[in-house]
Amino acid sequence: MTAFLKLLARNRLALAGGIVLSVVVVLAVLTPLLPLPDPDVTNTSNRYVRPFSGGTILGTDHLGRDLLARLMWGTRLSLAVGFAAAIVAATIGAAIGIIAGFYGGRTDNIIMRGVDMLMAFPYILLALAIVAALGPGLLNALIAVAAVNVPFFARNIRGITVGIAHKEFVDAARLAGLSNTRIILSEILPNVVPVIVIAMSTTIGWMILETAGLSFLGLGSQPPQADLGSMLGEARSALITNPHTSIVPGVMILIIVMSINLLGDGIRDALDPRLKSGALSRPMAATRVARDGPVPQPTGAGLLEVQQLETQFHVKDRIYRAVGGVDLAVKPGECLGIIGESGSGKSVTALSVMGLVASPPGVITGGAAHYDGADLIGAPYRKLRQMRGNKVAYIFQDPLATLHPLYRVGDQLIEAIRAHRPISNEDGRAKAIELLDSVRIPNAESRIRDYPHEMSGGMRQRVGIAMALANDPDIIIADEPTTALDVTVQAQILSLLDDLRRSRGLAIVFITHDFGVVAQLCDRVAVMYAGRIVEEGPTAAILDTPVHPYTAKLMACVPELGAGKRRLAAIPGLPPAVDKLPKGCAFADRCHRVQDDCRAQDIALRRDGGRAVRCIHPETPLTKAIA
Amino acid sequence: MTAALQLTDLSKTFPVGRSLFGSATGHVRAVNPITLTVPQGETLGIVGESGCGKSTLARMLVGLLWPTTGRIEIDGAALDNADPAEFGKRIQYVFQDPISSLNPRKTIRQIMEAPLKRLHGMKRPEREARIAEIFDSVNLREEFLDRYPHEFSGGQAQRIGIARALAANARILILDEPVSALDVSVQAQVLNLLADLKTEFDLTYLFISHDLAVVEAVSDRIAVLYFGSVVELGPAERIFAQPRHPYTKLLADSAPVVGRPLTAPEAAGSELPDPLNPPKGCAFAARCPRATDRCRAEVPHLEDRGGTRVACFHPLD
Repeated sequence: MTAFLKLLARNRLALAGGIVLSVVVVLAVLTPLLPLPDPDVTNTSNRYVRPFSGGTILGTDHLGRDLLARLMWGTRLSLAVGFAAAIVAATIGAAIGIIAGFYGGRTDNIIMRGVDMLMAFPYILLALAIVAALGPGLLNALIAVAAVNVPFFARNIRGITVGIAHKEFVDAARLAGLSNTRIILSEILPNVVPVIVIAMSTTIGWMILETAGLSFLGLGSQPPQADLGSMLGEARSALITNPHTSIVPGVMILIIVMSINLLGDGIRDALDPRLKSGALSRPMAATRVARDGPVPQPTGAGLLEVQQLETQFHVKDRIYRAVGGVDLAVKPGECLGIIGESGSGKSVTALSVMGLVASPPGVITGGAAHYDGADLIGAPYRKLRQMRGNKVAYIFQDPLATLHPLYRVGDQLIEAIRAHRPISNEDGRAKAIELLDSVRIPNAESRIRDYPHEMSGGMRQRVGIAMALANDPDIIIADEPTTALDVTVQAQILSLLDDLRRSRGLAIVFITHDFGVVAQLCDRVAVMYAGRIVEEGPTAAILDTPVHPYTAKLMACVPELGAGKRRLAAIPGLPPAVDKLPKGCAFADRCHRVQDDCRAQDIALRRDGGRAVRCIHPETPLTKAIA
Repeated sequence: MTAALQLTDLSKTFPVGRSLFGSATGHVRAVNPITLTVPQGETLGIVGESGCGKSTLARMLVGLLWPTTGRIEIDGAALDNADPAEFGKRIQYVFQDPISSLNPRKTIRQIMEAPLKRLHGMKRPEREARIAEIFDSVNLREEFLDRYPHEFSGGQAQRIGIARALAANARILILDEPVSALDVSVQAQVLNLLADLKTEFDLTYLFISHDLAVVEAVSDRIAVLYFGSVVELGPAERIFAQPRHPYTKLLADSAPVVGRPLTAPEAAGSELPDPLNPPKGCAFAARCPRATDRCRAEVPHLEDRGGTRVACFHPLD
């Protein structure tokens, strides 16, 4: 709650809106206590007194009533009706939306078609019809305004509820014996409330306007009772001769609605979970680079050479060292595996190469990534964009997130090609079919017309791989591309990638957590832990004699097919948080070979005979391992 | 050994498509009739690829989906007309995604209390004692109880999910890919915990996974599912070592194994059957190197062949 208020206060406009609105509300609440004349007492000899004259502050209206008093009482009434209408509309609308969304099927269909019918009428016509049926009066105007706004809430909340009702925790609640009513009240409602608040905060101003509109037409508050709309309506005839009678309520409506809308937008931004991370800005087109140290020069160790790469996430006053000085190199036709657990920095390393780490909060604070001798880090955006997908292509882990849900996969493939070279529709289609064929999608000709949601997870990932191949890149960076796939599909994709790199001389950086995959596909492997490489070398050698205790332990954790039922070796504890890295070895707390000097100072990566290890008490001495 | 769980001709058909008046225009058989017995104390592994019906089967077993045909018996008592709460006392479910199976707006204590309150009607002191006992067995500290789900790592959240399933006091747990969202080092911790709990509480497990090595490491018997049918059922140590069904062999050959050269075990161009228009005979025939005309015309049924049960006319030796 305090976090929410802080976030809200950071938005200056919302803060201003909130302050103005609070002043208006406090004044409206205190109106009966203020020394104001009776707002309804007429004095026709004193009509149309100008503001600040005749003993009044805001003057008098066409019946000689004190305008300030009428304004204060009118504001009080308008605010009360607006808030009441919003609460009624939100309660009924949310109830309808939750029931429709939760039960689904026929219930949903009947309710939502009814709501659609309500929405088919112009809202003011509907409100007029309701007031006409019920008779004029403020309460009936309130009912009309609330009824007109119910569909908006119902549709909004139904959409959210449908998403929540299919979440696993709802199934879990059902298995815990909760009835449907209880599930709605204790599982669904708390997750929907923020949405209701957001919807209310953005519509309440609108409802005040609608009530004022009905009163203006004489259908809301009845004389002599004042509300802002009826004051405007009564002043209409004197608009030219005595403009102050219209301006006074008009300005008040403007102030109230403006302040409510500003505050409402602020509340929406502060409650939106996507904005929780702090920044309200969009990520930049390329990761921010702030290197203070010297930039390493290329040594020609490979087509892509990453040197001393450091990437951090700056969130508020915390610094997360996601990547802490990584060196990698990959040659044409070579496959380099990066293996590590979640949070080890393997994905951030890969994304940093092409400046794809979201910024803010990501910052590249050191190192270089040379492609063919040219540094990609800090390269102008135009150059990066020209190389992304063309020279260096990515295959991501989650195919649902990489494909656009509203475009056919064929069109997305053609778009990927068009980003780098012009191609006619016909050639594009042929190329798209060829690409889908090359990743073994059956019936490629008909499937290019599919939307991503019509495909299985495996099929979607094949489209993702086809897209990476679209421009014949030199390097493919594959971030756990087969993690979501079935084993038979995985085997096909792996052998496809293997064929591609051999036939086209493609360099592959393959990020995974699976030793089996690394063993089969990769020539060399780098093991990452807490943002750094702890061991690197030829795959066969590392699998044969792991030198770093983490590598050895990690390999022992992985069950291997064909060994029968057994107890698995586990690594106790969890990796350290990358914003609180220890001074010495990051693995020390989980290591069975740890000694005092491991924690004393930074452990350097030692290289010898094509292998490298970051350990001072290794499983096997490095010199012995390479012998 | 008594049967903890007995499935008889259990199947599920989903309607697909909608005509103007809401009637279905087609049907998809997600699970073909399955008859299966799980003895008390066994871990039955269920492997299969996505779309093979393993999750549909699991959701039927816990009453989240109604079977189209067939019956479920637990300890000899049928569970046909029972409500989900009745299922919940006898059989529980551990979800694949540990974080999304916990309501983000409830504390762990509220989550843990729900089954105790609703299924067993326990009073407050009783509940507290029971939660303390369960948390102790899953190696979680009691101070976690007043925190919210987003404060936990995947491994911890999965242990909370397991604790919730244990709280219902069910003797059968359906573990639906319980470790596939976890890191390997944590995966081993959770698998070992599951093994300990099984001995401690005399539980029966149905362990569903796509990871052959994990299933092999934890199961007594393994059932291989393909396109909604069990194609092979046998002892865990034999099923991938000496597969009898060609599909099981394809699975075993596809798994990445250290030291085995990379090969695509299947020729390019083979297709999965279309669920809307299922093949007449064996669903695997189109991908099978041993398929004959008989396979394309007749559906093979599970038959006992030297210790393993295989649904194949031409099993491997």
